[in-house]
Order: sequence, then C-alpha cells, then structure tokens
Amino acid sequence: MNVEITDLTRRFGRVRAVAGVSLQAGPGVLGLLGPNGAGKTTLLRTLATVISPSSGRIRLLGRDPGAHRQRREIRRRLGYVPQNLGYYPGFTVVEFVEYFALLKEMPPATVSRAVASTVERVGLGDKATAKLRTLSGGMLRRVAIAQGIVNEPELLLLDEPTAGLDPELRVEFRALLRELGQRATVVVSTHLVEDVGSACARVALMDRGRVVFHGTPAELSARAEGTNAAGDAPLERGYSAVLAESRS
Amino acid sequence: MTTHPTLAVLARYADGGPGLDDAAVWSVEVHLETCADCRARLAGSTTGPTRALLERVAAGLDRGIAAGPPPQPVRRPWSALHRRWLVWALLPWLTMTAGVLGCALLLDSLQTALPSLVLLLAPVAPLPGVAVAWSRRADPAWELIAGTPATGLTMLLRRTAAVLGVVVPLLALAGAGTGASLALVLLPALTCTAATIALGGLTGVRRAAIAVGAVWAGAVVLPGIADAELPVVLRPGSIPLWALATAALVAVAGARVGDYRRLSSYN
Repeated sequence: MNVEITDLTRRFGRVRAVAGVSLQAGPGVLGLLGPNGAGKTTLLRTLATVISPSSGRIRLLGRDPGAHRQRREIRRRLGYVPQNLGYYPGFTVVEFVEYFALLKEMPPATVSRAVASTVERVGLGDKATAKLRTLSGGMLRRVAIAQGIVNEPELLLLDEPTAGLDPELRVEFRALLRELGQRATVVVSTHLVEDVGSACARVALMDRGRVVFHGTPAELSARAEGTNAAGDAPLERGYSAVLAESRS
Repeated sequence: MTTHPTLAVLARYADGGPGLDDAAVWSVEVHLETCADCRARLAGSTTGPTRALLERVAAGLDRGIAAGPPPQPVRRPWSALHRRWLVWALLPWLTMTAGVLGCALLLDSLQTALPSLVLLLAPVAPLPGVAVAWSRRADPAWELIAGTPATGLTMLLRRTAAVLGVVVPLLALAGAGTGASLALVLLPALTCTAATIALGGLTGVRRAAIAVGAVWAGAVVLPGIADAELPVVLRPGSIPLWALATAALVAVAGARVGDYRRLSSYN
C-alpha cells in the first residue's frame, strides 16, 4: 500500500480538523469526497508532509514521513497540487515548472525535457513563455497540475483540482487523472461527485474530520437504495444517504 | 490569423501551397507557431511522399545524433531564478536595515558620549531579513515548496546567505565608519544569526529572531545605553568567545537538521 494512515488526528487549537482517520490506498485514483470543512484539505496537507499529524501513524510509499531522510525520499516521489496555487507572477510557465522540478531534486540533465513534455501534456505548450500574471484561472490550475506531475510522482495529491476549470477542461482533466492512476497512487479531494464517478476507482467520504465511507463509487451509489436521499444522480444520492446516516 | 485554418487549407499547405496566395501561407505559418492542435492536424494532412521525406530526414537526424557526442546537460542559472522573488520580498527589510545602520552611524558621530550604536545594533541587523526569508507570508508558493525535498535546513541556510550577502557589506561599511574591529562588528552578527537558526528548529525562525533580538536588546543594548559604556561582550577580548559560540550554534543546527521540516513561521 502506498498510503497507510492509522488513527490520524490533526488539531488546530481546540478544533480537531481530522479526527482518528484510518485509510489505505494502493495504485489507482482514490476520491476524497466531503462537504466543506470535512477535513479533506487538512488530510491532504498532512499526506503532502506540509503539516505534521497531532497523533496517529502515517506511512507513505513504504516510508515514515516523521523521519528526516525518509521524508526527503517521499517528497522526491510526491506530487502535490494545493487548493490555492501560490505563485510568482513574474515567472513564466516553464520557469515555474522548472523551479519545482529542481526543488524536487530531479537530475538537472532531465529537467528541460521533463518540463517541456509536462507543459505540453497539460495543454499549455502555446503559453510556455507566458508570464503567470497573464494567465486565466483555468490556465493557472493547469500550471499547478504541471508542477505536481513534472517528476512523474508515485503519489499524487490533488486538492479540488477541477475547481475553476470549464466543463471541457474538466473532462480532459479526468482523462489525465485516469492515466496517472494507472502508474501512481492518486488521491484527489473534491466536492464534485461527478469527478469521483468518472475518474476514481475508490472513494472515501469524509464528514466532520472522520471517514464515514470507504469503498467503490458503485458501493456508494448503492447506499442510497431504500432511502429518500436527495440528489440528481445515484452517486449524489449515495453521498447524501451516507452523510445523513453519519449525522443521525 | 485568429481562427483555425480549415482542413482543406491545411492539406493544401502540406502539399506546398497550391491555390494559396503568399498572405494565406504566411497566415497559416503564423497560426501554426502558436497552435499545437493545428500542428497535429497538419501532421495528419501530409501526403505519402511528404511523409516518406520526413521519415528519411528523421532517420538521418537520428543517425547523426547517435554518431555525435552525447548532449551536454544544460545548466540553468537556477539560483538566480529562485532568488528573483526573494529579492523583492526582502527589499523593504534590507532597506530598513541599511537605514537603521545609517542612522546609528550618524548618531555615533554626533553623540560621542554614548557607546557605539553601530556596535550595539550590528548583531541583530541580519535577523529581520532572516525571519522574512523563512516566512510563509513572504513566499506566495510556500505550500508548494513545503512539500518538496529541498525544503529544510539547506534552503534556510541558502536564504540566510542571501540576506548576509547584503547585510555583511553594510555592516562592514558601517563598522569602518566607527573605527571598530571588523571582527567585533561581524562575529556577533553571525552568532545571533546562528542562534536564530538553531533556536528556529524548535520555535520557528520568526519567533526565534524575535526572541534573540529581544534578549539582545534587554541584556546588552539597553544596559549599554543606560551605563553609557560599551558592554563587556562587545569589547575586543570577547572575539574568541563569539567565534566559539558561532561554531557551537552552527553545530547544534546541523545536528538537528530534521527539525526544519517545512517553510513556515512556526517550524
């Protein structure tokens, strides 16, 4: 298993953003669903080694992120796309992706080719030399994704990656997710159930810091059977049914 | 050309442009330079003889590349690249540091009864810059950077070196103006910087800078001004102790390399 989480808790003062989560994920795309404030972003940041857990145990790619050397090995093999991309407005697309390729300690001889192919892969080939300040929100999302995948990560963490993308780009992005999931473990946080239905082999549903469902999208849809759960599609109804059950 | 050329136009262009005037050919070429989709469509529009010619050229190029010397890795000036944003983030703080040292130098020349303000302030002069260089507030991409293997003590030291690269010459200039020993101006500054980094592994660099600055102000600057006398720790005999302290603090920071987990205000 590339992601092994046992009884993970993360507190911010008195608030428990993640409250005793246990989860495992192997290669493929795992969708992390849940309402706003469910703890998805905190869980992803913890997996990205950006913040440390308050308690519990994590192993990523068979290594312990609490140990300095192992954490460094994990980070070399990690791709992380946060919800809000912080960027340097004066950098071009290529410079930004290249900067992160170097920070990920890719061999310098491979960086130029990897950056060029990644920029093409996310559909920004014709914007390669454009300054980031001149790009639209959707293009910036693609830049964020490019820096996340430039090192061909074994573990890719994406926080609301389709937010701000138009429908055509969302469809393209889901195809990219499926492709990436064939070689790596991809954990994608979203509140759009259609993302999960079309791209994810497994889904974990979080609510109030806990994982209240973990299974396949079909199993989530089946949870709505025999209930009056609200929703326009089977997955949405399953989502609503599980949330209602966990809150009752 | 603002719209994509039709398949028929692309096919004629691929055949050498029969039926297309110069302006149309030029428009297609300009469009192709910026449109990956149309380049792909053009590749699909090439005729058999053209494709065969391209394949012969590609095969010839491959043979030439294989027979030639291996490509040299391109060395990008990435240190300059990654520091570009840092320069702008640090500029106000470094300007302030230069201003404070300038004022201290001016007061030294006007008020000779007090101990040298340059000597009293020099040890804490690099601290604002070091705190800002390792702060999530100053780095818009901190969250992305925090998840990379380069984050840690090495990056902190690299950014500290960028700050010292500006502050040390300023201190040397100001120190020369006072006539004090260069070692007495620079060594305490390096010690306080090393203390900030060593303590920063536990408390975060920003808090460490504030703590070191406060301790220095309370224990050395204020008593020095109150007594109108240069404190013992800033007299020439203290130089070896400052050197030892700097070495010890650097060793402490090196031994706790795992504590510098991420770029943030806290750790």
